[in-house]
Amino acid sequence: MNLDLTPDDLAFREEVRAFFADGIPEDWKTTVRAGLRLPPETLVAYQRRLAARGWGAPTWPVEHGGTGWSPTRLHIFWSEASAADAPAQYHQGLELIGPIIFTYGSKAQKDFYLPRIIHADDWWCQGYSEPGAGSDLAAIRTRADRDGDHYVVNGQKMWTSYAHVADRMFALVRTSAEARRQQGISLILVDMDTLGLRVRPIHTLDEKYHTNEVFLDDVRVPLANLVGEEGQGWGYGKVLLDRERMVAAATAMFLPQTLRAVRDAARRRRMGGGTLLDQSGFRAKLAQVEIEAMALQAMVMRLMADAAAGADSGPRGSMVKLRWSELIQQATALWVEALGPAAQHFGALDDGDAPPDMPLALQGALYSRVTTIYGGSSEIQRNIIARRALGL
Amino acid sequence: MDFAYSEEQLMLRDSVDRFGEDRWAGADRLARLAEGPEGSRRRWAAMAELGWLMLPIAEAEGGLGGGPVDVMAVMEGFGRHLMTEPYVSNCVLAAGLMHGGGELASDLLARIGAGEVRVAAGLTENDGYAIEQVSVAAIDGPGGVHLSGMKTHVEDGADADWYVVSARTAGAMAERDGISLFLVPRDAAGLTVRRFRAVDGHRHCTLMLDRVPATPLGERDRAADRIDAAVDRAIVAHLAEAVGSMESATAATLDYVRTRQQFGVPIGTFQVIQHKLVDMSVACEEARALAIVATRGMTQPGAGRALIAAAKARISQCGIAVAQQAVQLHGGVGTSEELVVSHHLRRQMMLDLAHGDRDFQRARFILLSAG
Ligand SMILES: Cc1cc2nc3c(=O)[nH]c(=O)nc-3n(C[C@H](O)[C@H](O)[C@H](O)COP(=O)(O)OP(=O)(O)OC[C@H]3O[C@@H](n4cnc5c(N)ncnc54)[C@H](O)[C@@H]3O)c2cc1C
Repeated sequence: MNLDLTPDDLAFREEVRAFFADGIPEDWKTTVRAGLRLPPETLVAYQRRLAARGWGAPTWPVEHGGTGWSPTRLHIFWSEASAADAPAQYHQGLELIGPIIFTYGSKAQKDFYLPRIIHADDWWCQGYSEPGAGSDLAAIRTRADRDGDHYVVNGQKMWTSYAHVADRMFALVRTSAEARRQQGISLILVDMDTLGLRVRPIHTLDEKYHTNEVFLDDVRVPLANLVGEEGQGWGYGKVLLDRERMVAAATAMFLPQTLRAVRDAARRRRMGGGTLLDQSGFRAKLAQVEIEAMALQAMVMRLMADAAAGADSGPRGSMVKLRWSELIQQATALWVEALGPAAQHFGALDDGDAPPDMPLALQGALYSRVTTIYGGSSEIQRNIIARRALGL
Repeated sequence: MDFAYSEEQLMLRDSVDRFGEDRWAGADRLARLAEGPEGSRRRWAAMAELGWLMLPIAEAEGGLGGGPVDVMAVMEGFGRHLMTEPYVSNCVLAAGLMHGGGELASDLLARIGAGEVRVAAGLTENDGYAIEQVSVAAIDGPGGVHLSGMKTHVEDGADADWYVVSARTAGAMAERDGISLFLVPRDAAGLTVRRFRAVDGHRHCTLMLDRVPATPLGERDRAADRIDAAVDRAIVAHLAEAVGSMESATAATLDYVRTRQQFGVPIGTFQVIQHKLVDMSVACEEARALAIVATRGMTQPGAGRALIAAAKARISQCGIAVAQQAVQLHGGVGTSEELVVSHHLRRQMMLDLAHGDRDFQRARFILLSAG
């Protein structure tokens, strides 16, 4: 990736900056900085604004309705979005299933689903994990049996984030029992309003509603909703892995938002004559996280340079995910520390509000524990790096 | 140094554990929390009947005169079962502040011990932890003393009937001299109580005082030492709670990795997982040893305040690290509301903040240990 911006790039940066300059309401900021999702309807409206501007799918090729941006442009776009406290775009349609559809899907699937993803007509959820299949995803047991021109799906998905607002779910299901567990797995697209599909909330430690169990009882899914070939679903995950490096990169670029929140909170907290930000001990700790976040930005740039050159980035995506998740945990913990006793005031029981930044800062700190678990836990990422990069 | 509990202390510890198993079973936790203050009041009454509430209160004040090690035997179980009743803030902190503090204090102490009133302490201001940062003004008038100002955090204060409040009777903000203590009933004229809940089920408050009539407690202008001593006792009691919680979270995790299967084997067979559990158990050992030394230290003359600050700083680190790892090793279910592990994490994070977080304690350690 060329870090020296051309006059065109500079003009593009101005354009992006102008787009964000007046578009991000003040009341989004604390949520975004806490690494939490804005309400779905807000994210949908945001996605539509981007789509209207032609920027709905920044990482997609032009032929599928994307921007076709170079990694340099993507980097500019994400940097500006991050600087403006804009939220990350909701990724499950855009980064997870969209690219699989445009790589392996039928023409009918591409024509129907892709524009709907870009324009936020559909909210997608990811039905991969199950009670017995988390890190060991190949252990999934949800079955899809053929019956005429339908699959009949039975089983249970777990941790299906935003299933409660989703219109559709992409799910890994077992279409046959093979000796090798990775075989016989297929990827299907399920409408959430199909009869026999039931969503039950899972409440998490941060008291924000993110995720669910999804029960499937004789759910009939048209065979036409199979993506690619039957039994090849596991292999499509490879595309995902490739895309995930971009998701990791994008997410990592939003880390400075959280650090700004820490800084602001520390500046607000009175300490002796000055503020917490004047205290050298706190300052040093914040600097340490800021420095590590800069190192992560450098790793992201290198990853994107790989992408620009069409090179295999090996385990770098895993490395970025690993470092990002550790840093968001440290940054949100520092935020809580900056709030001091106010962090004990999670919610007001009487009229009046919780202290500034609460409860979002604490919710962010608690929810950040999830980042080293989902999308391949840190232990699994390390296994991947050990195997793929180090040959151990 | 004696690291073992006496027979009596062992019985006490076991009785708290039985109570915890009955009344705060992990599987019923959400139901317990949903009961709110009502359930808490019932359990508080039961604790009074068992004699726990009067345990740390001096005999002269209707208590049993129990020492820090007795309190440790109680608080371990509070930690193991994550009981949210305000034991430390009433029976240790408020009791410490009020000990020998005059007629009203003595009367209230007896009633705390009987479970009839709850008293919380408003000591800190301005989003800080330092007890000498006091600007609430105590103004003498014909009708007695009146207090004006704000206390930003009162631990377990939401459901208290009375407040012990520090106020300035002389000197300037941040001076140790000139701080006095007062008693204020919840329904006092001019007092506004803003209540908050924390993520661990505890309920705190902020006090806004606007010429609130107050009864003096203890020696005028010289309350700083009394406050320090009482807060140190509260900190030490919290250490035991932290240790109980850490050990419980570690035990739950150990069970889980033995049963949870992925890739066809229990995840506890992965060496990475084993090493993490080893680190957790080392942290538990470190924290327990340090908690015992700090607790026993309190019974010695010239109790080491630097040691208490050090123990709080280190045990907070250990506690948070252990609880985080417990969540991590449970995977997704570790983050669920339903399972008790993440409740340990929430409590450990809040215990860190109570009476001064790790950084504050480290700074205090530097001051107190300076040659
Ligand atoms: C809030 C949240 C949202 C989620 N959203 C979604 C979603 O939308 N869609 C979806 O499909 N899934 C989702 N997930 C599921 C997530 O991807 C899984 O939680 C994750 O894959 C881990 O699986 P598990 O929870 O079953 O833990 P387990 O796999 O049981 O892991 C338990 C522990 O063992 C460790 N471990 C496991 N195997 C090994 C090994 N071989 N070596 C070393 N350590 C190992 C893990 O790292 C972890 O610490 C979500 C999870 C959460 C918590």
